[in-house]
Amino acid sequence: MTATVLGLAVVFLLLNLLAGLWRIGAGPTAADRMLAVLLFGSTTVALLLIMAQWLGDASLRTVALLFVVLATIVTLAFVGTPSDQERS
Amino acid sequence: MNGAIETVGLVLVIAGCVFYAAGTIGLLRFPDVYSRLHALTKADNQGLLLVCLGLAVLAGSVQVAFLLIVVWSVGLVAAAVSAHLIARHARHAGEPHASRETER
Repeated sequence: MTATVLGLAVVFLLLNLLAGLWRIGAGPTAADRMLAVLLFGSTTVALLLIMAQWLGDASLRTVALLFVVLATIVTLAFVGTPSDQERS
Repeated sequence: MNGAIETVGLVLVIAGCVFYAAGTIGLLRFPDVYSRLHALTKADNQGLLLVCLGLAVLAGSVQVAFLLIVVWSVGLVAAAVSAHLIARHARHAGEPHASRETER
């Protein structure tokens, strides 16, 4: 019972990632594409944690922790680079 | 007793997935960057909290529960910082605010 529900949760979160992909394609501005990166970050963390519990593999939790810590750096990198519409 | 704990954990994980769905729907349907950002970071973080609580209940050991709470709190900080920076960056780049009467 637990395994099937956790499996369904993993599949559901993967579908969320697809929605993020659509936003990357449709997103008019760079900031919209950064939103999708944010979505990927938090969804992947939840995915890793659920898979850690589902497969009984403790190392995936450490991967999720690393992923969360690195999520902010992606945004810092994006904000740091001047975007094309930047009016200096 | 064990069955009850398991169902509580699973219900929490499912509730977390519902919040993730809300965040994704917000990302797809909202008119401008700011409202998408608003919906995304808050709903996803709430989803992460519920998933972490559910998994802590399912895992049953204290170290795992502590690690999950650390993951959530770092995720909270990451979401807050990212949302603020992206909004400020979009604001400087001259992002238009979708006013109320613009239809999608």
